[in-house]
Amino acid sequence: MTAPPLLSARGLRLAFGGVKAADGIDLDVMPGEFLAIIGPNGAGKTTFINMTTGYLRPQAGAIEYEGRPILGLAPRAIVRRGIGRSFQLPQLFAEHTVLENAALAIAARVGIWSPLTPLLRPGFRKEAVELLARFGLEGVAEARADALNEGARKLADIAMAVALEPRLLLMDEPTSGVAASEKMGVVETLVRVLREAGVTAVFVEHDMDVVARFADRVAVWSQGRILALGPPGEILADPVVRREVIGIEAAGAAPAHG
Amino acid sequence: MMSRRAEALLALLLVAALVLAAWAAPWLRFVLTVALARGLAVLGILLLLRAGQVSFGHAMFLAAGAYTVAFAAPAVPETLLLLPAAALLSGLSGLLIGLFVVRYRDIFFGMLNLALSMVFYSVLEKFYSITKGTDGIRVPPLTVAGVEPGPEVQGWIMFGLALGLALACAVGVRAYLASPMGQALAGIKTRETRLEFLGVPARRVLLFAYVLSAAMGGASGALIAMTSRHVTPQLAYWTSSGELIFIGILGGAGSALGPFLGALAFELVRVYAAAAVADAWQMILGAVLLAVILFAPGGLVGILSKRRGRA
Repeated sequence: MTAPPLLSARGLRLAFGGVKAADGIDLDVMPGEFLAIIGPNGAGKTTFINMTTGYLRPQAGAIEYEGRPILGLAPRAIVRRGIGRSFQLPQLFAEHTVLENAALAIAARVGIWSPLTPLLRPGFRKEAVELLARFGLEGVAEARADALNEGARKLADIAMAVALEPRLLLMDEPTSGVAASEKMGVVETLVRVLREAGVTAVFVEHDMDVVARFADRVAVWSQGRILALGPPGEILADPVVRREVIGIEAAGAAPAHG
Repeated sequence: MMSRRAEALLALLLVAALVLAAWAAPWLRFVLTVALARGLAVLGILLLLRAGQVSFGHAMFLAAGAYTVAFAAPAVPETLLLLPAAALLSGLSGLLIGLFVVRYRDIFFGMLNLALSMVFYSVLEKFYSITKGTDGIRVPPLTVAGVEPGPEVQGWIMFGLALGLALACAVGVRAYLASPMGQALAGIKTRETRLEFLGVPARRVLLFAYVLSAAMGGASGALIAMTSRHVTPQLAYWTSSGELIFIGILGGAGSALGPFLGALAFELVRVYAAAAVADAWQMILGAVLLAVILFAPGGLVGILSKRRGRA
């Protein structure tokens, strides 16, 4: 890959008491790729996302986005630079409708400081309807956000991040909590929208089927370090990764939830 | 939430009933003017309620507006200047205090407001040489657009000002709450982290609402000072703040009309209950509030909109 990385992390270190959540993380995210992060619970996957989005400050190291340092910026400022994020537990405005949630995200991008024009003005409404349609959420647009099933909540959460038109999107377990029957549908929708929008994505994922099918590269996290990094075919076949991280010795298709 | 038409209809009915009552019983006009003025302060509190924040000290802005009138009236006895000046000054103090208190949420937000209002109360009470302490300050007769009207006309003018301002603010608040800023305000209540990750500074969203609510409190205080022609530190006391919240719950937070319905009900119950059972009127108010909380959590507005919904 010859293009400069979109995101570049060097030597990130962060310990909570004795637990090393990041113990020298070096990672380049290339423009346009889908990078999956796998690893057992407590390996520091979410910590990496939190450090990149300004929610946690590493004790050492540097993060550059589009060649500029972003460490020390507030989450808000990082969002404005073009890094979006979705959450393991969807962060929706529970008492608003899905349409209003989407419109608020659009308003956040365009500018919310207009106290007298309604949120659901024609322009915002149209864009919000289109956004929800891309995610297949048009059927629940008028439902309150807390009335949705988990799959729809996840998609709505990601739709709000996409409304900001990020160039990099960090997703924390986009499929956790989603019923097995919905899971592939949710991911397919998601991947299609992100590819169409040209968004580079980093996602934490426990389902190895999802990883094998949709990731361009896989980074394996273990105890605050990156154990292995490479294409999914290679990484998922690695015996050490299989034993230490995925938790299966013999060849098998069963996804591990750890 | 009420439909737009139902709300407009209710507002129209309310205005008609108020004008009729004020015309039929002149002594009631004073009570209604004060009720409308207080409703204005409660409307400000309603903005903060949208963000899930309860200010237990909002009477300080009401008192700031009232004392602005009391201090400035001898030099500038003009109603149409004093009223905006009071709103402006209260709004500015709201900005100053807001920069500090919007960093806090929930009980801390409420208690900080309470603490600051009690500091203000003490200042008003203790600095006798300036504020006349608990004796309070008499407001001299005021002019309206340069003319000093007789007491009867003055009463009508104050009533009209309160009614006009109440309507204008209710319409304004309604638009504000439907705007992205107002919706973001409601987002503070449910998911403040998401606001930050949308790139929206939640504190600034809350600060805007806080300044607005302080300015409305100031206008409310100015109207009360001009109507009662006497201001005392009692206006800033914590019980006054408590009454404003009481009215807010009584009226219901679901509509911009709630505060005014609540304030009218509050003042009327107070007047009639005090006349009927002089020693126990607070008990009656308490029972009314209890009944509202238990049986009509949407307040008076909630009861009315449900009625209409069923009909």
